[in-house]
Amino acid sequence: MSEIAQKVKEIIIDKLGVEESEVTPEASFTNDLGADSLDTVELIMEFEKEFNISIPDDQAENISTVGQAISYLEKNVNK
Amino acid sequence: MNLRRVVITGLGALTPLGNNVQEYWEGLSKGVSGAAPITKFDAEKFKTKFACEVKNFDSSEYIDRKEARKMDLFTQYGMVVAQQAVEDSGMDMERINPDRVGVIWGSGIGGLTTFQHEVRDFTKGDGTPRFNPFFIPKMIADICPGLISMKYNLRGPNFTTVSACASSTNALIDAFNYIRLGKADIIVSGGSEAAVTEAGVGGFNAMKALSERNESPETASRPFDKSRDGFVLGEGAGALILEEYEHAKARGAKIYAEIIGGGMTADAYHMTAPHPEGTGIVKVMDIAIKEAGIAKEEVDYINVHGTSTPLGDVGESRAIQQVFGEHAYKLNISSTKSMTGHLLGAAGAVEAIASIMAIQHSLIPPTINHEFADEDIDSRLNLTLNKAQEREVKVAISNTFGFGGHNCSVIFRKLEE
Repeated sequence: MSEIAQKVKEIIIDKLGVEESEVTPEASFTNDLGADSLDTVELIMEFEKEFNISIPDDQAENISTVGQAISYLEKNVNK
Repeated sequence: MNLRRVVITGLGALTPLGNNVQEYWEGLSKGVSGAAPITKFDAEKFKTKFACEVKNFDSSEYIDRKEARKMDLFTQYGMVVAQQAVEDSGMDMERINPDRVGVIWGSGIGGLTTFQHEVRDFTKGDGTPRFNPFFIPKMIADICPGLISMKYNLRGPNFTTVSACASSTNALIDAFNYIRLGKADIIVSGGSEAAVTEAGVGGFNAMKALSERNESPETASRPFDKSRDGFVLGEGAGALILEEYEHAKARGAKIYAEIIGGGMTADAYHMTAPHPEGTGIVKVMDIAIKEAGIAKEEVDYINVHGTSTPLGDVGESRAIQQVFGEHAYKLNISSTKSMTGHLLGAAGAVEAIASIMAIQHSLIPPTINHEFADEDIDSRLNLTLNKAQEREVKVAISNTFGFGGHNCSVIFRKLEE
């Protein structure tokens, strides 16, 4: 697992209070991990802070699973 | 119009003296001070370096970690006492009608810690707004009763009253009136406050409202003492279950006391100074007594607002003399703020509990730290100085007043069938 993927998982576990085993690539923040709309906004903000990037709203809307978050960040961090 | 009777069937407390009603009452009856150096932040540069903080608080005994993260401390305190009171009341959530149960809460400020942190983080940045999405819902003063309703599925009237240090007495009186008028059968009421923060202490210090007796925190709150120099900031929460009498009887509930009258007035005078003639507080006690339909001579105990400020204590003692005449000397009067400090918006709730416990235990909690008599306060008044006094209490009044000139007075009576 990449360093980014590991960090993303840690943030999700911390913010959503879920078990590591639940944080699979397919897991949806809202449907599987119990996040509401505010939790999702907070997650995106944490990713921005951790990786020091800015995620535009229209792209944030497309990040609804763990895998989507990891692949977005892997593509856009440090470029 | 026929008004219904309202009784108290559950209590919960989280205070500088103890983290449940029993510990709180034990501290009060023994005359213990809850004051100590501030632990919540580094107060080195502040004029006041001590407060009455809640001790050994662990929210995880009551609140899921994930949920707690979305709650300001004032809400966490509120959730804890609400749970204590609901459990104490023996209410069976399966058997009550949730549409007839409300939550009316008091908080003077709301999520001050949350506000302070979010704004501080923002000003540290380059001006780009990066506020947490939970900033507003964590901070707003009404979120606590909202979350209590969600926890127990209580769908009746739900809101927070804000009248500074009178807030939770306002909440109790509102709850009392709503049940009397038939708008609900049970209301979870009370209040919570968590303002021991840099902004809270700094703000009150700037007003010269706080005691600066840093060399002796535990003796700093000394209502009615000549050398008093301001109030001691406290924090915590109190919850009371108010219930319609027949409803309580029908389910065989334990009844602590009846709530029989509530007065509300305004000084209409100054932002923070009490009216020099005390007209608003004379009036508020008069209204409460009249509403309760009792004779003044029936009152045994007044739990005063008595914050330990130079102006306030004199005004309140004179108002009591004006209202009660000769009976003023037969009453027991005490300020439990001498022990708890001033819980601001939660003061009314924890002092209502102190008044009800005095009825329950036939014991008047003391005004501690008394050393020097103040010639502006009539020495014939029994201020229950330094040591608790045994006395059968049938009727107790709890007074609270708030910046803005808000005055509240609520009356409890031992239950008579």
